[in-house]
Amino acid sequence: MASDKVQTFTKDNFETSVIQAGTPVLVDFWADWCGPCKQLGPTVDSLATDYDGRVTVGKLNVDENPEVAGRFSIRGIPTLLLFKDGEVVDTVVGVAEGAKLKQMLDKHL
Amino acid sequence: MKQSEEVIIVGSGPAGLTAALYSARANLSPLLIEGVPAGGQLMLTTMVENWPGYRDGIMGPELIDTLRAQAERFGSRIVNGQVQRFDLSETPYIVETSDARYETRALIISTGASARLLGLPSEQVLMGHGVSTCATCDGYFFKEKRIAVVGGGDSAMEEALFLTKFASQVTVVHRRDILRASKIMQDKALAHPRITFEWNSIVEDIRDPDKGVVTGIVVRDTKTKVSKELSVDGVFVAIGHTPNTELLTGQLDLDSHGYIQTNTGARTSQSGVFACGDVQDPVYRQAVTAAGSGCMAAIDAERYLEGLPQAAAGKGSEIRSAG
Repeated sequence: MASDKVQTFTKDNFETSVIQAGTPVLVDFWADWCGPCKQLGPTVDSLATDYDGRVTVGKLNVDENPEVAGRFSIRGIPTLLLFKDGEVVDTVVGVAEGAKLKQMLDKHL
Repeated sequence: MKQSEEVIIVGSGPAGLTAALYSARANLSPLLIEGVPAGGQLMLTTMVENWPGYRDGIMGPELIDTLRAQAERFGSRIVNGQVQRFDLSETPYIVETSDARYETRALIISTGASARLLGLPSEQVLMGHGVSTCATCDGYFFKEKRIAVVGGGDSAMEEALFLTKFASQVTVVHRRDILRASKIMQDKALAHPRITFEWNSIVEDIRDPDKGVVTGIVVRDTKTKVSKELSVDGVFVAIGHTPNTELLTGQLDLDSHGYIQTNTGARTSQSGVFACGDVQDPVYRQAVTAAGSGCMAAIDAERYLEGLPQAAAGKGSEIRSAG
């Protein structure tokens, strides 16, 4: 990933890194066969840098972690879920531009 | 931030990229604002079998990548961004994205069209949780599941056929008793053992927003007026497209469906503003016609600039003769 601020979430660290996290967490559900996911990638990377310390940003590969995608009824990617105190507080489906995602994050901070 | 440009092209499907290619070869150093998502509808397709010159077909995203590289090779500048506002009331025209403001002498609009939705509240809630407009993006999530595809055109048949790779059963729900799709696509779909059809049927509701996931659809037979529920895990909506012209309402002449009206080539109702591709084409809507109209828009824009006072003198004529 372009930014080292972007974390990698898996089924093994999801509970501790996302559900129990003290700060809001933005999770990018993606797969490497998904063209639109590749388009969204750089935008998510820049959010990780811009919101460093305020929002944890990470990616979850749905191919490798289908149980996590299933748990949140993800049936389309890219999908971004914003978690706060273990709950999903916002969802963005499909490719969105950075400005729109920032608005969404700012609303929850 | 303010930048002054000769030509700005908005949109990065085959129309916009071809307009960029031709404008770049005319030495106009076009600036192309790609839009979000970039690349247009071809990015959502798999094999494109009707793009001339590729006997065995080419993947949609690969075709876009190639067109893009070809446009860049001649000096097109492609920037990431989504236009938020056009001001076409006077020249230079103003184009604003979320983080930049541009001025341009000529403008080529190739913003394309987006998938039309059914307009049901449940559809909004379940988007990404079983409702989709892109089989190639989301089909993976429906292995051994039952899927409904809504629509009767080429896109609907393509989605239905593609989804048979994953789904146990695909049901096409169409409001008429005859398909609008091309003969070759119809034949493939009608002959497929795992595709069934619900004719004369409209989708009244998608279940179940309370569960946060698609569990079925309610379809109504338009002849008998009887409704029934079909148990499905996914709904792919392929009922056509809406031109992306919301930002242009009141600034350019649009037809009753929102398509930009063009005349004498790619000219719009505003001089110096040109349109190409699906945003101005309610009829053909093919990759190749989009590309062709992109070429027309670029040539029309070049001639328009040549006719303007203080036009960048002589630009392009030598280059063009090489093409």
